[in-house]
Amino acid sequence: MIEQIIFYFFAAILIISASMVITVRNPVHAALFLVLSFFSSAAIWLLLEAEFLAITLVLVYVGAVMVLFLFVVMMLDINLAPLREGFTRYLPVGILVAVLMLLFMALIVSSDSFNLNQAEGIKHAADYSNTAELGLILYTEYLYPFEIAGAILLVAIIAAIALTMRKSKTLKTPKPEQQVAVKREDRVRLVKMESEKRDT
Amino acid sequence: MFEFIRNNLLSPFVGSLFPASIEVQALYTLDALIKIIVILIPVLLGVAYLTYAERKIIGYIQVRIGPNRVGPLGLLQPIADALKLTFKEIIIPSGANKKLFIIAPILSLAPSLAAWAVIPFNDVAVLADINAGLLYILALTSLAVYGIIIAGWASNSKYAFIGSMRAVAQIIAYEIAMGFALVGVLIAAGSLNLGDIVRAQDGSLLHWFWLPLWPLFIVFFLAGVAETNRAPFDVSEGESEIVAGFHVEYGGMAFSIFFMAEYANMMLISILTAIMFCGGWLSPFQGVPFLGEPSIIWLLMKTSFFLFLFLWFRATFPRYRYDQIMRLGWKVFIPITIVWLVVVSVLVVAQIPPWFD
Repeated sequence: MIEQIIFYFFAAILIISASMVITVRNPVHAALFLVLSFFSSAAIWLLLEAEFLAITLVLVYVGAVMVLFLFVVMMLDINLAPLREGFTRYLPVGILVAVLMLLFMALIVSSDSFNLNQAEGIKHAADYSNTAELGLILYTEYLYPFEIAGAILLVAIIAAIALTMRKSKTLKTPKPEQQVAVKREDRVRLVKMESEKRDT
Repeated sequence: MFEFIRNNLLSPFVGSLFPASIEVQALYTLDALIKIIVILIPVLLGVAYLTYAERKIIGYIQVRIGPNRVGPLGLLQPIADALKLTFKEIIIPSGANKKLFIIAPILSLAPSLAAWAVIPFNDVAVLADINAGLLYILALTSLAVYGIIIAGWASNSKYAFIGSMRAVAQIIAYEIAMGFALVGVLIAAGSLNLGDIVRAQDGSLLHWFWLPLWPLFIVFFLAGVAETNRAPFDVSEGESEIVAGFHVEYGGMAFSIFFMAEYANMMLISILTAIMFCGGWLSPFQGVPFLGEPSIIWLLMKTSFFLFLFLWFRATFPRYRYDQIMRLGWKVFIPITIVWLVVVSVLVVAQIPPWFD
């Protein structure tokens, strides 16, 4: 029973915060509500004993992706008025996309692999490690898809870095590695001088 | 403790007031609450006296005496500071976003206290002995940045905003190196559970992970210093440049909560370094009678040593320049950790004694 109370609590927060994401005016508030909805969905995953996925969701999306997102949103001075224009014009397209999404989700969730006719989730013993189980299945059954996904991500990282590597020739940036490597002898010269005699 | 409460204190009530299942749940909750208090009060006292230790130690390093007016040896100084900060008014700037301005300090303190849930103090004393302890720690330390970023934005002040931007870029950069260092520990110990990580280092001083994971050990601790925004990586506060950075608009309790979060984070990084690289509660003299006994005292001594390093760094090094901080994080620490991950994996696969046999 307590589990159900917890589930409905987080589900309510998830739905409220997700709808706030698209209705609040301030983009920073919207991003923070998105963080809250990630958080409550992670809590729901924890109830399903999927602790690895839940903690990774917090780590990757809340801890890294949304921080960068907020970073950009805060830096940009977004003019809100043009963003609000044409709400009724885009409404039919939006409804169409929403209905399609709902249809796809219903198709996927009702398929056999989700096992929705099973009323209760399978409970595991206390020594069951979700992380170890995921690792086992990823590196045996799904090894090739996993490796291919890794390779694609690596290519994406390298491409993103390559895009930012263009440098203007006129730009004069300091080279920290040279500056760090500087020794005292390069900068300071100790000069020994005879003390001069005062003319009397 | 749970058994103790059920058998002794509450035995007359079991089964009489509520159905047994709810009673068990309630007892578990009570048990957890007591443990939380038992952990949090020493942590908060530690935070208070860490500020005292910092002022004394830096004082002696700089040939001063440090606080010595309030109480014997100035020992009541943290209490006086806390009282003063409690009674000061919290000023909310007129242009600030009021709700977020209040939430920000809470968001920065809560994760650094919540992370203590999975810290094992000896073989059995741990609040939540979960499988994914290391992941949990990593996730919670990555949350601490929200307090800073929200504080900077909600203050509606240029200095605060610059400070929080600096802090965020820096924390993101060093979190990656820190995560990779933790992956090295995970490979070496073969477990994400912090208790199992300590047990994997059982043996002697040379069995501890600082030796096979030496570069990761250094990278983890320095990334921890950067992550907590401590000197020499404290550009987000940078008094000489941006006044006090992200918390420039805060006063009274709101400011002191940021302060407590910073010191709680320092203690967390120190105890994590002690647990993951220096054998946690294990004794350095294993095998010797009495001195070789594993005890929480060893853990506290190791933690205190790393805390001392934090203070020593602050008194010794001048502040890093920002581009050098970024270079150190991205171009030095991350490559070192990636190379050493490969080395550790080879060591583990080849079962090199004395660590991985």
